[in-house]
Order: sequence, then C-alpha cells, then structure tokens
Amino acid sequence: MANTASDQAFVAFERVQKSYDGETLVVKDLNLSMPRGEFLTMLGPSGSGKTTCLMMLAGFETATHGDIRLDGVSINNIPPHKRGIGMVFQNYALFPHMTVAENLSFPLEVRKIGKAEREEKVMRALGMVQMQDFAGRRPAQLSGGQQQRIALSRALVFEPELVLMDEPLGALDKQLRETLQFEITKLAHELGITTVYVTHDQTEALTMSDRVAVFDDGRIQQLDPPDTLYEEPQNSFVAQFIGENNTLMGKVTKISGDRCEVTLDSGDIIDAKPVNVSEVGQRTRVSIRPERVEMDKTRLLPDVHSLKAEVLEFIYMGDIFRTRLRVAGNEDFVIKTRNAPDQVRLTPGTQIDIGWLPQDCRALDA
Amino acid sequence: MSEAMMAADGTPLKRSLARALRRQKLRALGLIAPLLVFVVITFIVPIGSMLFRSVENDIVSNTLPMTVQSLARWDASSGALPDEAVYEAMYFDMFLAAEAKRHTRLGTRLNYEQTGLSSLFRQSGRALDDIGKETQRPLEKLNKAWKDGETWHMLFNATSSADTNAALLSAQRARIARLTDTPANQEVNFAPSTAATALLPKTGRAYTAWAVYVATQDGRDPATRDPWEAVATALALDLKTVDVSGYSGPGAELLVEAQSADLPVPALSAAFADMDEDWATDVPWKTIQTHSGIYTSGYFLNAVDAQKTPDGVAWQPDDKQILQKLFGRTIWMSLMITFSCIALGYPIAWLLANLPMRKANLLLILVLLPFWTSLLVRTSAWKVMLQQQGVINDVLVWIGLVDDANRLIMINNQFGTIVAMTHILLPFMILPMYSVMQTIPPSYLRAAKSLGATNWTAFWRVYFPQSVPGIGAGSILVFILAIGYYITPEIVGGTKGVFISNRIAYHISSSLNWGLAAALGSILLAAVLVLYWAYDKIVGIDNVKLG
Repeated sequence: MANTASDQAFVAFERVQKSYDGETLVVKDLNLSMPRGEFLTMLGPSGSGKTTCLMMLAGFETATHGDIRLDGVSINNIPPHKRGIGMVFQNYALFPHMTVAENLSFPLEVRKIGKAEREEKVMRALGMVQMQDFAGRRPAQLSGGQQQRIALSRALVFEPELVLMDEPLGALDKQLRETLQFEITKLAHELGITTVYVTHDQTEALTMSDRVAVFDDGRIQQLDPPDTLYEEPQNSFVAQFIGENNTLMGKVTKISGDRCEVTLDSGDIIDAKPVNVSEVGQRTRVSIRPERVEMDKTRLLPDVHSLKAEVLEFIYMGDIFRTRLRVAGNEDFVIKTRNAPDQVRLTPGTQIDIGWLPQDCRALDA
Repeated sequence: MSEAMMAADGTPLKRSLARALRRQKLRALGLIAPLLVFVVITFIVPIGSMLFRSVENDIVSNTLPMTVQSLARWDASSGALPDEAVYEAMYFDMFLAAEAKRHTRLGTRLNYEQTGLSSLFRQSGRALDDIGKETQRPLEKLNKAWKDGETWHMLFNATSSADTNAALLSAQRARIARLTDTPANQEVNFAPSTAATALLPKTGRAYTAWAVYVATQDGRDPATRDPWEAVATALALDLKTVDVSGYSGPGAELLVEAQSADLPVPALSAAFADMDEDWATDVPWKTIQTHSGIYTSGYFLNAVDAQKTPDGVAWQPDDKQILQKLFGRTIWMSLMITFSCIALGYPIAWLLANLPMRKANLLLILVLLPFWTSLLVRTSAWKVMLQQQGVINDVLVWIGLVDDANRLIMINNQFGTIVAMTHILLPFMILPMYSVMQTIPPSYLRAAKSLGATNWTAFWRVYFPQSVPGIGAGSILVFILAIGYYITPEIVGGTKGVFISNRIAYHISSSLNWGLAAALGSILLAAVLVLYWAYDKIVGIDNVKLG
C-alpha cells in the first residue's frame, strides 16, 4: 500500500514546498501518496508543517512549488469550494447563527440540492453520529463532544470522498476523546472515505490510523503503519517523538549484519541493531523502549552484554511499575514492568543488572 | 422543601443571604456614589428642570391671578366681551405687574400663542397710570389730606392686634412673591385693619398690595409713601358700592366727605379700549383664558406645529408649519448618515479585523485620528472642501468634469451636512463593528468554503449574519448621535440642511422661547428612547457589542 505509484494514488503530494516569507521553507520537499480509503495521520510537533500541508490540500494555502493531485487531477488552481473536500476544524467552526439542521443543510443548499433530498440527507448524516434529536438546537446549546459530532456529520453530509480533520479532538477531555476516536475511525472505514487527520497527540495517531506520517522540520521523517513506527523508528526524532524511549550516546565499535557493538561514553559496551549507522567509529544514539529492558538475566541471550544499574526511584502506577535507574551515567533511564504477582518491587539504592535483546535496541543517528 | 432552610446560626437562610447581598450592594453603591452624585447634580437635575419648562405655565396665573379667576366664568364662545369685573381685575393685576415690570414677560409668553400680545401688554403697561390719575386728582382736590401717604396709612392700619387682617397681608405677600419670583417676607410697617378692609374691600386689597410691594421690593416705609393711583381708583370704586356713613374707624369723616362728593369712576372696559382697541376684542381674553392653567400642553402642541385654541387643538397656519418637516428631515438625514457610515465603515472594519496585528494597529490609529482633531476644525475643513470655490469644485473644473459656470453646490444644503457628518461619525460605526468582527474566527469562512460555498455565499450566509450585532451597535450609536447633532449642521447645513437641534438652539438663545425648546428636546429624547426600545425588541440589546 505504502508504495503505490503516485499516478494510482487518490491523494498525492509531489515535491511540494511552501514558504510564507520567501526566506524559510515551512514545508520542504514533501512527497506523499495515499490510496483511496486510507486513514492517514499527520503527526508532529507544532510548527512542523503538518497543518500547512492540510491547508494546502484543502486549498486555503497555495503551494509555493510542486503539485498536489486529487484523484489524478492537479488541484493547485482549483479554489477550495470546488474541491469537494470535507473538513473538520479544531474549534468545530459550526455556524453559531444557524441550527444544527441548518448547518448540515448549508453544504447541500450551496450545491442546489432540493429540499426533500436535503432533509433526508441531513437526517441520515445526523443519524451517523446519533444526533437526530438535536437538529433544532443551536451549536451554543451543545456540549463540546456534541458539537464535534455535528461538525463531523456536516463534513460528511455532502458525501465527500476525502475528509480532512485538523486536530478535531484537541479541545475535548480524555474520555470523550477516546470515544470519538473510535467513532471517527469506525465511520471512516464504514463509509470508505479517505481521511487525512492532523494531530500532535501520538496516542491518537497510533490508535486511529492506517498509516502515520511523522512531520518534523517541514519533512516527513517516517511514514509507516503504527506498529512499524513504534517498533522500528527510522531515526532518533521518531524514536523520541513516538512513545517513551531511553537513549544512550556512544560510538560503534563493531558491526556485522544486523548486529553491532556500541561503546557508550561511560565505557560500557552494549549490543544493538544498526539502523542509521553503517561503519565502525560512527557516533550513535541508541534507543530502547522501557518495556523491552530485561532485568531477568535468564531471559537474555547468553552472548549479549549486560549493564550495571542503580535503582533511583520506584513508581507504582497500577497496571505497571515504572522504575527510574542510573545506567551508564544516564539518570533518566526508565524501565516499565507489568504488575504481575511475582514481579519484584525494586527499592531505591538496589544494584541490578539489565540487558535486552539486540534487535530491541536500535542504533540511530546521533 | 416545606420547611424554610436555616443557616448555621439558626436564622432563615433566605434572610441571611439577603443580608449578605445587601452589604455587597451597599458597598457597590458606595463605590459609584461619587459618580452618581456628580451625574445627578450636573446632568439629571438641570436637564430635568429644563425639560420641565415644556409644561410649566404658572406665569399667567402668577401675573394675573384675579383676572384668571374672574375670566374662568366667562364663556368665550358666547361672542360677548367679558364683563366689567374682568376688566377691573385686569386693571389691578396689570397695574401691579407693570410696577414690578413683569407684564412684558407675560406679553412675551402669550405672544407665542397669539402674535401682537407682546406689544399690547407693553403699551398697556405704560398707559395704565393715566386711568388712575383721573380719579386721584379729583380726590386730592377735594381734600389735601389724600395727597398725604400718612392719611392712607392711618385709614387702613390696624388699631389693635385684634383688628389685624393677617389673612389679607399674607395673601398679598404670597402674591407679590409669586409675581416677582423673590421671597416677600421682609418686615412691613403696616397691618391691614379688619374693619377698614371689610368696609372697603377693593381699596384695602389694593393698599395692602402696594404696602407689601414697597416694603419688600423697594425697602421703603409704606407709612410715609404715597400709594399708587390704582389705590385711588379702588377707593372710588368702593365708594360707589358701599355706605360709609356708619363707619367709626380712623378717618371716617374723610370717607364720608369723599362719598358725598360723588367722585368720577372710570369705566374700565372703555378705558382699556381707549388704550388699545385690541382690548375691545375677545382675542387677548380668549388667549389668556385658554392658557391660564399652571401646566400647559401648548408648547408640545407648538412643537408639532399645532396650537391650543379656545375651540380645542388646531394646526398652525401653513406658513408657520416648519417643525414637523424639520423633525422628518432630521430623522431622514440621520438615517442617510447611518447608512453611509455602514457602507463606508463595514469594509474598513473588516480589513481591521483581518489584517495582521501591526498593520491593523496602524490602520486603527488612522481611524481614530479624527478624534484627536477638533470637531470644529474638521467641519470647517469640509467647508473649504465643498464650497463652490472650494477644493473639490476646483479639481472637477480643472479636469473638465464640471463647467466653470455650473459649479456644484455641495454645501449649505443636505448633501453638505450628510457628507460632513458621515465623516465625523464614521469612527463610531467602525469601532463597534471592528470589535464584533474581531471575535468571528476566520475558520467560519474556511468552513463555509470547504463546504462548497463561493466567497460571496460564505460572506453573505456565514460572516455577515454574525457581524450584524456590530452593525446594530454602530447604527444605534451613530443614529442617536446624529439625531441630536448641532455644530456641523449649523456650519455646513445652510437653511436646508439643518436639524431640529439647530431649531432648539435658536429657541434657547435667540427667541428665548425656552418652553418650546424644552418641548422639542423632550420629543427628541422620547424619539431616541422609543428607537432604543424598538431595537431592543427586534434585535435585542444583549446582541449589541461595543467591545
């Protein structure tokens, strides 16, 4: 799916660049292609260019260079209202002077659809989000979650093939956000619409998407399905940005195939999987997930190195234990262990040995 | 719920809540008290007392109290003139008023209702003395004692405190006080005798009035001064109707002598007709009778080109009807100004709300710039711009759009007023619109476009309805300011472009008809309040946002 050629893609960015001031590029050479029906999330810190990309797709910003295609047609010169793209905004953007039904009816009215058909479509769209009973209300009379449901159904009521969502759940509380995440993905898949979803919340990106594009510094750093993204980050930015992560700095001292030996700055030697390093002597940042660190020596391969660690802090978090360690001079090394009956609860000051499977430890760019 | 909730100390919750709230309210009141007092003293009281003049009319009954009383019995529609008693009352009222120099003020007041009365009253005031002289001279010829003020004083001064007619004295004090608008409570060296004033009621009253007047207004001793001619007239009138032969008070023999001499009595109706023939018509009498009430609707009727007549309310003659037209013009021009301000201000407000902060601030300063320039300067600038030899005409002639012989007339008419006032009131429209537009997020327009609306549809269906509260606030502000505007129409309005406020100013400072000015002002105030109320009903004042 990821490698579909751009001429078959439904949405395609080709060498797109965007600059606001003529001096700095906000989006640098963006290439992206999406097949029909995909749920793609643009994830990144603020200022990474993800929202700009979305706005270029919607037509509210023009690309400084490059081509954006929708279903094979270049849309660079098509004004937003002719693109037929549904859009959900962060602040919902429901028209406050219209009722819910009038809000939904608006895109149908401007498309000159007859009254009877309009009413039917409005009720159907409201039905999709279980909001039929609220047709006569004003947006101000609805809660945030209800407003977002209405905004969603308004973006869908004219049956667009592509829907863009710009941090739609940003203003909602956690529980409501989780409910709506589920509803949105379910709807998107049921209706078979293609969705581009922008968020800075990595959990949201991982749980909802078919693929996630991680943005930083105007570029896509990695574009992969959520599991690949989490388990196989391609560079240290992605590794840091997605999920929790322990990093250690060092130098490659031995490399062979999918295994290498890294001498840390403290002098300790560890085993890792070379990802962004290719030769001996390169500086590297090794990255290991807290839940992949092993304290039980018996579960490690016999030929791997282990490290001495001192327990600094033990935090009980219910389902898991979180233990902060000093490892090779790094005092923020965290391990997570499942709250199982036989799990030891480490007390601060304890000296332990830790290790990991070499493939779980990724040697990335420094 | 059946039992009242109690606070922790056992008092009913409602009462302790009310006490807590009252303390808060008192504190709030204390904070605004200085402003409240200031506003009441400098704004509400003066305006209230000014507006009260629109119905106040006690000048007629204060100046001519006896005339008003006796005229009440006269049937104006009978066609006959009032009887002798009315002329008599008028003579004494007018004599006193003329001495106090108040008759001209009354003449001015009645002249608003009936032209000619002002000069009638002024002339009559001068001529009244002659009537009295006709009776005074024969009396003095009969006995020199009548020339002496002490004689009169002896005749009417009470011999004992039991003889004092205190009611008459205080009544005359009150009358003089009302007439002259000054308190007449100084010491008077005279106490009317009950016996003498009962015998000679008219003379007693006239003498007492005179005595009180000279003592309180001139500060003289009535015992040594000669009374007015009117007192002699009153004596002649009394001697014709009463028999003094049985009288035994001081000076009784003088009275008997005077009665037996059969002094001439002036026929007052004829004497008035002699002074001015208008007194022999029912015109002044009808006017006085119609406007004798303490309160009048006359000014308000005048303000709408109507008039109070003995036969009810009637329209003014066509050539005097200007105020209705002026009211209509004021409202029409204010509407024109309001619409011009909306048309010119809306795009600017939109620009202000959508430009980046720095540029918007610069533009805002440009919008506010006129506020830092004197109103008079701006208005005068328009005079320079718009006149026939002015900048705009010169430019138009120079580029050949207008022929030199047919320069455009753009000032001293409605066009000039509308242009200048639109310019002056524009910021009042822009600022509320701007503050409303600022709160409309740009995402609404984006949402509308993403839903398929063209730029125009998105603006008209989504943006414009949300900016209406700003238009409403600006319109109320501009319209209310415009409807009462004075300086600009005065300078650039000529005769055709002036407002009702210019007419009010005219009546305040030139014609001095303050009652009419107050009535016009009250109507203007009421019109604004009605508009405000209507706006509240239709749009809702809660929707008005000023920032």
